[in-house]
Amino acid sequence: QVSAALKEGHVTPTELCQRCLALIKSTKFLNAYITVAEETALKQAEESEKRYKRGQPLGVLDGIPVAVKDNFNTAGIETTCASNMLKGYISPYNATVVQKLLDQGAVLLGKTNLDEFAMGSGSTDGVFGPVRNPWSYSRQYKEKSVPKPRSVDEESNWVITGGSSGGSAAAVSSFTCFAALGSDTGGSTRNPAAHCGVVGLKPTYGLISRHGLIPLVNSMDVPGILTRCVDDAAVVLGSLAGHDPKDSTTVQDNFKPFELPNLPDVSKLSIGIPKEYHAPGLSSEILALWSKAADLFKNAGAKVIEVSLPHTRYSIVCYHVLCTAEVASNMARFDGLEYGHRSDMNNSTESMYAATRREGFNDVVRGRILSGNYFLLKQNYENYFIKAQKVRRLIANDFLKVFGSGVDILLTPTTLSDAVPYTEFIKEDNRTRSAQDDIFTQAANMAGLPAINVPTALSERGLPVGLQFIGRSFQEKQLLTVAKWFEKQVKFPMIQLEEVKRHNHDVFQHEKSASFS
Amino acid sequence: LAPWVPVVGLEIHAQISSNSKLFSGSQVQFAAPPNSLVSFFDASLPGTLPVLNRRCVEAAVMTGLALNCSINKKSLFDRKHYFYADLPAGYQITQQRVPIAVNGSLSYNLCIDNKMSQMVTKTVRIKQIQLEQDSGKSLHDDTRSQTLVDLNRAGVGLMEVVMEPDMCCGEEAAAAVRELQLILQTLGSSQAVMAEGQLRVDANVSVHHPGEPYGVRTEVKNINSIRFLAKAVDYEIQRQIEELENGGTILNETRAFDAKLGCTVPMRDKEGKQDYRFMPEPNLPPLILYDAKSLPANTNHQQVVNIDWIHERLPDLPSVKRAKLVEQYGILPEHSFALLNEDGLTEFFENVVKQTQMKPKKVIGWILNVLLSYLKQHSLTVKESPVSSFLLADLLNLLEKKEISSTAAKQVLAELWKGEGKTPLEIVKEKKLELIQDQKELEQICQAVIDGQENEVIMMVLG
Repeated sequence: QVSAALKEGHVTPTELCQRCLALIKSTKFLNAYITVAEETALKQAEESEKRYKRGQPLGVLDGIPVAVKDNFNTAGIETTCASNMLKGYISPYNATVVQKLLDQGAVLLGKTNLDEFAMGSGSTDGVFGPVRNPWSYSRQYKEKSVPKPRSVDEESNWVITGGSSGGSAAAVSSFTCFAALGSDTGGSTRNPAAHCGVVGLKPTYGLISRHGLIPLVNSMDVPGILTRCVDDAAVVLGSLAGHDPKDSTTVQDNFKPFELPNLPDVSKLSIGIPKEYHAPGLSSEILALWSKAADLFKNAGAKVIEVSLPHTRYSIVCYHVLCTAEVASNMARFDGLEYGHRSDMNNSTESMYAATRREGFNDVVRGRILSGNYFLLKQNYENYFIKAQKVRRLIANDFLKVFGSGVDILLTPTTLSDAVPYTEFIKEDNRTRSAQDDIFTQAANMAGLPAINVPTALSERGLPVGLQFIGRSFQEKQLLTVAKWFEKQVKFPMIQLEEVKRHNHDVFQHEKSASFS
Repeated sequence: LAPWVPVVGLEIHAQISSNSKLFSGSQVQFAAPPNSLVSFFDASLPGTLPVLNRRCVEAAVMTGLALNCSINKKSLFDRKHYFYADLPAGYQITQQRVPIAVNGSLSYNLCIDNKMSQMVTKTVRIKQIQLEQDSGKSLHDDTRSQTLVDLNRAGVGLMEVVMEPDMCCGEEAAAAVRELQLILQTLGSSQAVMAEGQLRVDANVSVHHPGEPYGVRTEVKNINSIRFLAKAVDYEIQRQIEELENGGTILNETRAFDAKLGCTVPMRDKEGKQDYRFMPEPNLPPLILYDAKSLPANTNHQQVVNIDWIHERLPDLPSVKRAKLVEQYGILPEHSFALLNEDGLTEFFENVVKQTQMKPKKVIGWILNVLLSYLKQHSLTVKESPVSSFLLADLLNLLEKKEISSTAAKQVLAELWKGEGKTPLEIVKEKKLELIQDQKELEQICQAVIDGQENEVIMMVLG
């Protein structure tokens, strides 16, 4: 709607931009943004305004404020990956996806917070501190909070966003932008989307260019899209997808942007429920929602059947080996020589490397580098890396079999539970948390499949819970169509945040969940 | 004392002759200002990805075909990890698992006892050819305790040619490398000039007694010319033999050739054995090559590399060129070697032949003995010769028509070297070097000589 509003002149890009910037300031306590690019954003908004005045907007995204996770390169704007290693690093180029957004006239508000180098499932392990879930401050959550006997300290009660794209999810969730880019390697877009009550899309591997996305696991990373509704995700996808000669892992086929039908029909579909996803630790709430969702489809005439993905239980270990191996390799470039942090230690090149890397990386990153190098040692390579690759193939084949047998879409939980309070979350270490939290989302990265989180309902604690749909390779249209149908069915409530109301985003008062399409 | 069998293998890195680097668009150029040819990818800026250069693939295929290799229709890229200032990403992209070409052979020729007339043909097996990135250059400034890094060379495409240990001495190694150099230059896949770092050779040397297993080998690096290659290999063989005969052992180490001292010394840098933690390069899909049979219909010609297409367009290799020269001009095989050994000499020779009536068998003597030795004396290349093929042909024609003697011809040539722009005929006239054809005139001259030497004549007549 906001796009239409811009077109019709109800609101100007500059006004929109200013409101978002003001809202970012009032929601600073969320710590969703690492860098706010106020000046450049306003300039971009001005340019957009000129275009609208001429009646020549570049497209649906022209003038739309967006945010980008801080592991995407943005020319002239600091790119830190929430790490000391890249604090102050100003990239000389734009990631392809960033460039595409800018070429469409989008207004880049800033770079969002994350777990350091995208390693984590809470957005709590970056050097700029943790991101707070906007729902922590929502009326819905506050109403359901059990009042504490001691002085009610709101501060300690806040819940995490999930991760690692927590900043982007929080930004979209708190209305400070209309769409955000995240990245997804093991669930890093879908997980925070679920916790923050927004749509989180992981596209098929090879559909969207990774050029300029600072890699975690090259063979699993994809840029992720976070929006407030499925239609918006489709629009953003349309502007980003397609072959990029700068990224040799993007497919060459022509991509045709699509619009989703207004009244999707799911009666001819076959929905698969993977039985292995009844994981221990899955909250009864989510289990119930999952079941309800299956019924929704059944009642609409879809075929809902139980399927099996037998190698699911090996995916965590497999992921761990392959992920850490690639991390060890990808992080080798951070030696302090060409860019980024360089230690003052200069007795020898080696000592400089060692000090630089110790100072620049947090424990999580260093831990993964050590593990990864271990797995890549000559004597271990066969037993770990090669084995893991084989298991990965098996996991991918599980999906192929299921999709090959006539199932169109899989329906699964996205997370084990709703968002936990930060104080709870940090009781376990990053590795343990990641292993637990990635369980439903990771396999899609292993197999390169598209998957999406759709906000479904509020938990008993008043916090968002989402469900995940996994589709066939490159069948985003079908996946999003199903997601849109489901979204319409569940009518997920809008967050009730003081700050948002205060800024009087009257554009948003028209619909339950605001969108720009 | 039991005889020793030296075993020599070679790892040769040839810089691919291409406009841009193996995985990025920055230019390839020798001796440019430091760090002026460095793309974001070359500097390993985070988020940059490799994009394979088609020309480099073609160069490797050409070279593989010329060396009788099987070209792998599917080859893979890997990361080889180690930390060094001239390796910005902390890893080199290479082909460790499945290289682009395997199982070839190279034939080369040796003179027996330094006699060009006695040549023997030898063969060395080519284990493989792989594509990989070159590293940057680092210069150590000990006075200021700093290292200066120039990344211009980082990412330039290399073909690593691995020759099996089929050679036995410095001479063989040198001859093999020389032939490889000529092949690469003929193909144009590499300019292969060692002085500019476009061809770098590492030698693997070991010795053993016949019938016993191979000995421990050392790797010899820092060899800057073919001449030094032969010296380094021979020195290392001797060193190992002496060491072993004195009861010592050979360490599996890397040694550098010290050109000044003419010996090999252990290299300080390499401490212990490195585990390179090889890992597939995830950003590059397998490299698929096609031939006429496997080429799918409707493929974009720009998007594929067709091995057969390249094969059809291979130029004549040096061995073929030599055979043709021998056949066409009736020169000796050793002549053909000498012709090909000097850049531009064959062309010069053929141009002279075209422009003169003198038989090629005679022309060759002038080219190899007179012209070439003059050029060598003055350290000139054929291109820099002050005497053009036209001038030389002109001169040889005078000789052929018996207007001058061969002694006179050499005198004329000496004048021509000065490059003053005079034609041979002008010089002949100037110096009055014409042969006298008139019989009567000749008799008069002879009589005059005899008359002036009466005593000697009487002595001769008396016997």
